[in-house]
Amino acid sequence: MATQPRPAAQPGRLLWRVGEVFEVVEETPTTKSLVLSVPGWEGHKAGQHVDVRLTAEDGYQVQRSYSIASAPEDERLAITVDRIEDGEVSPYLTEDLMAGDGLELRGPIGGYFVWERGLGGPLLLVAGGSGVVPLMAMLRHRAASGSGAPAKLLFSSRSQEEVIYRDELERLAEADEKLEVVHTLTRSQPEGWEGYARRIDEEMLREVAPSPSEEPLTFICGPTPLVEATAAALVELGHDPAGVKTERFGPTGG
Amino acid sequence: MVEGFISRGFRGRRRQPNNAQLPPGQYETKGFPVLSAGPTPHVPLSEWDFTLVGEIDEAKRWSWEEFQALPSEEITKDIHCVTKWSKFGTRWGGVSVDTLLGNVETSAAYVTAFCDGGYTTNLPLEDVTGGKAWVAYAYDGEPLEPAHGGPARLLVPHLYFWKSAKWVRGLSLLSHDEPGFWESLGYHNYGDPWREQRYQGD
Repeated sequence: MATQPRPAAQPGRLLWRVGEVFEVVEETPTTKSLVLSVPGWEGHKAGQHVDVRLTAEDGYQVQRSYSIASAPEDERLAITVDRIEDGEVSPYLTEDLMAGDGLELRGPIGGYFVWERGLGGPLLLVAGGSGVVPLMAMLRHRAASGSGAPAKLLFSSRSQEEVIYRDELERLAEADEKLEVVHTLTRSQPEGWEGYARRIDEEMLREVAPSPSEEPLTFICGPTPLVEATAAALVELGHDPAGVKTERFGPTGG
Repeated sequence: MVEGFISRGFRGRRRQPNNAQLPPGQYETKGFPVLSAGPTPHVPLSEWDFTLVGEIDEAKRWSWEEFQALPSEEITKDIHCVTKWSKFGTRWGGVSVDTLLGNVETSAAYVTAFCDGGYTTNLPLEDVTGGKAWVAYAYDGEPLEPAHGGPARLLVPHLYFWKSAKWVRGLSLLSHDEPGFWESLGYHNYGDPWREQRYQGD
């Protein structure tokens, strides 16, 4: 692997590095986590992302951003990638990349949509689909750091099979009475499902979210309609807009 | 650049037909993704105004109606978001910043755009004058939607799109450069997509 000396004149510059895929974990039929060993990685905060760059043999390159899924405490860096059917990058990452392959990346990036133990709680996390990834980093950090901050995750998925991190979320919630995970399944529900079965709306948030007087730290990540609807409903319910942080993604070429 | 690194088995789709239009590291999208750091503010037009403050003899203020009465322009430009998408030939309507600054005497060399919701972004004055920047209130012939920055947003298409501040309410003219919201959070202070100035130090 080629390395490049850090230019002393530009402290804090984000250099491209080559990580090695340690493990590929199937999360759902379309979603995989890439667990990476990244030499010289200087750590990150929960909620940050990395830029990934792919280079073909003739020098053709493409870049995309992916949220970091692992906690700062974890030994390796993980990203979770949802396969976009006609995408250029995500099919390569989810189907071609194998343990032992190199992956070029730089980061961590972003300093606003982040949560650290010292910020306390209560935490309100609202996710749609793979928007759960940066929020999972927060929940993993919360567990690994022994934060006792009360936390709720409201997680919208199309079906039970498409719930990313389903088992781990269940384990985390079972082991921690201050963590509550609430699912809504918008397209299909398993037999006997008694949970929410519709898109996130104001009524659901009134039932699930801490009251505005508790001043929750709110992080919302998902497709734009979910983020817009959730943020607007929370403001309507009386939450301070300054306490609501949003991050979005859309299938724009993934 | 990590010299010589090749992504094993990656060929790529090379689906960018307008390569000369595409800055490094960008891809073309036909959609119009929405990105913002918090809830979309909704200020009634009766309460909306646009102000010029800072290093000028007298602050200036336009109500929504007064702003609509200013000479407007049709602008067609490519836009480039730091999150990697570019969109070609976007059509806007609005007021040139040259028009707003027309009669203003200032010693300022920088501006900070300020917005509903508390967002700010900083630019050299010369990057918002000379036909390079607008306050846009129409997109594709329609009033600009709140999610895309309506009622009005700054439009500075030659820089990464976070400089085109949504929900803009005014410009503060400054003698010194003051990093804005993303510029204080690790993003590049200037943000030229053609030099791929995404993050600090790029």
